Amino acid sequence: MLFNFATALVFLIFGGLFVLLNLGISRILQARNPHPVKISTYECGELPEGESWIQFNIRFYVVALVFLIFEVEIIFLFPWALVFKDLGLFAFVEMMIFVFILLVGLAYVWAKGDLDWDKPQSVPAPELSQSYEQKEVTETVDS
Amino acid sequence: MRELITTLANGQTFLANLPEVVLNIIFISLGAVVLTTVCAVLALVGVYMERKVSAHIQDRVGPMYVGGFHGWLQTAADALKLLLKEDIVPALADKKLHFFAPILVFGATLATFAVLPFGRHYVMSDMNIGILYILAISSLVVIGTILAGWASNNKWSLLGAMRSAAQVVSFEIPASLAILVIIMAVGSMNLGEIVNVQVGGIHKWLIWKFFPFNLLAFIIYFIATLAETNRAPFDLPEAESEIVAGFHTEYSGFKWAAFFLAEYANMFMVGVVGATLFLGGWSSPFGDFMNSGPFQIFWIFAKAFGLIFVQIWIRWTLPRVRVDQLMYTSWKVLTPFAFVAIIGVGFYMIL
Amino acid sequence: MSLFDVIFYLFAAFTLASAALMVVSKNIVHSAVGLLFSFFGVAGIYVLLAADFLAVVQVLVYVGGILILLLFGVMLTQRITSVDMRTGTLQLVPAILAVAGIFVILFRVIRTTSWNIVPEAEAQFIPTAEKIGYLLMTDFLIPFEIVSVLLLAALIGAAFIARKGT
Repeated sequence: MLFNFATALVFLIFGGLFVLLNLGISRILQARNPHPVKISTYECGELPEGESWIQFNIRFYVVALVFLIFEVEIIFLFPWALVFKDLGLFAFVEMMIFVFILLVGLAYVWAKGDLDWDKPQSVPAPELSQSYEQKEVTETVDS
Repeated sequence: MRELITTLANGQTFLANLPEVVLNIIFISLGAVVLTTVCAVLALVGVYMERKVSAHIQDRVGPMYVGGFHGWLQTAADALKLLLKEDIVPALADKKLHFFAPILVFGATLATFAVLPFGRHYVMSDMNIGILYILAISSLVVIGTILAGWASNNKWSLLGAMRSAAQVVSFEIPASLAILVIIMAVGSMNLGEIVNVQVGGIHKWLIWKFFPFNLLAFIIYFIATLAETNRAPFDLPEAESEIVAGFHTEYSGFKWAAFFLAEYANMFMVGVVGATLFLGGWSSPFGDFMNSGPFQIFWIFAKAFGLIFVQIWIRWTLPRVRVDQLMYTSWKVLTPFAFVAIIGVGFYMIL
Repeated sequence: MSLFDVIFYLFAAFTLASAALMVVSKNIVHSAVGLLFSFFGVAGIYVLLAADFLAVVQVLVYVGGILILLLFGVMLTQRITSVDMRTGTLQLVPAILAVAGIFVILFRVIRTTSWNIVPEAEAQFIPTAEKIGYLLMTDFLIPFEIVSVLLLAALIGAAFIARKGT
């Protein structure tokens, strides 16, 4: 068992070393010609405007939370699935109770709309160009 | 792999004299080097395949010149070109993390290759919880993506990274549940053992077992992994019409290539895992016919590339989904159906 | 000291160093990277303790779940770069007292627990996942079902609080 995990660790390290090695080779071969404009932040050719580290929509956080709870649930399901073949009906009933209680949770967040992402509203053709721009900006930040 | 080491070591007296630890280290390192090369070459093959398939789907011919025959050296030339490219780090970027992110992403991708069974004896790390290990290590890729997006200090990068992370974690639930169906049916998390129950021909593949629940699980797994590898129609993290290139907007040269290689290596990994779980892995579809050692490698590669072909095919056929449709697919379609598959298989096995 | 011990201490040192990096780092995302390494080191120690299932779950839940949640939380915070993160000099005395208190408690727990120590020669590395499955379905059935209720409560509570935030 230690052998198997050691192999995995060595692979992780070698993957990193592979990138490092190639970065080293690249460092020797490449032309390096920095320029203040070249190393400025890319924003479609415009000068960068404002902070990049913006505040994100809370929905990302909600999704991560729901994910985490389901992840923990699934981890309990894994050892069960391993022994399910041997234990049969009893284990099945036990797990059904477990899964059912969690499906209640899924149904709850579903019904309360926590899983809904902001849908693009079909707005009538904008009359003022200013309000249209406003809309654009908020949408980008939300999604 | 262990048997292979012992057999090889027994043949050579100078190797047999070394202590076991040293021997193990030598062979693990050797295997890692070989698989790193294989991983990089596979990624190049994948890119070439993508370009050719997409070209033919769109009534073009794709690369035709480099290397002579149908431009087969094109992607290798591209990789060499990327080595020569200037490595541009934005002035405002977090330089340490900007450097670290591609290393983490590629390292994590390669680490999953350690447990992939390419044949009865061609597996580096025959871990008894192999499939769970793959799920765990894949989460490092998500962290790498977020770090890359954040370190770039660019709005497009950060948006792409956050989208990517939210998408991957959402689809990890249905993917894990689909894998669970197979674990229930086999009673093992060892990828080798999962293949062993499927040896003996196409009719023994797990995809046909417990019809239609395993088939359903396979479809769920396939769709979920499309999203996890950020492939179209779920390629919102790199939606070029919205957020330029997503989390690797500020990457250039070989750092960018590392992300690119990792993406295609991930596609291959997902294909191998899908083939191993549902399509008989390295076993031949014709029973004992063509099922010896080298053929096993051929079969697993054929099956994996078959799945990659379908991924590419889907990419060039379907338009991109919206974010709300993406979340809808994951939480309200795939997850409930995955639970249905688990309960269905449970009933099958009880009865 | 055997090779096994050397590896163990390497992992322990790695975990502690990453934890230290996490605490002293002025940048909150750098702290997250420190946390990543720290979780990884703990997983390595689990492997050395022959708890293979737990090691993988450690990576899956802590790196794949909690760390991502933390990073999302960081992104939620407005103007994270301008937050003045003071490390080290703030509230030094109370911090030392609290940490010392926790240390004493942990130390006593470690000393008074009757550890089930197996001689190194007899130590075996056997797969633990199936054992855990059997135990969950037999001896620890009630706790197992209670976990599902706990998770349900956590889900509903978290969703409720998050909804209030919007």
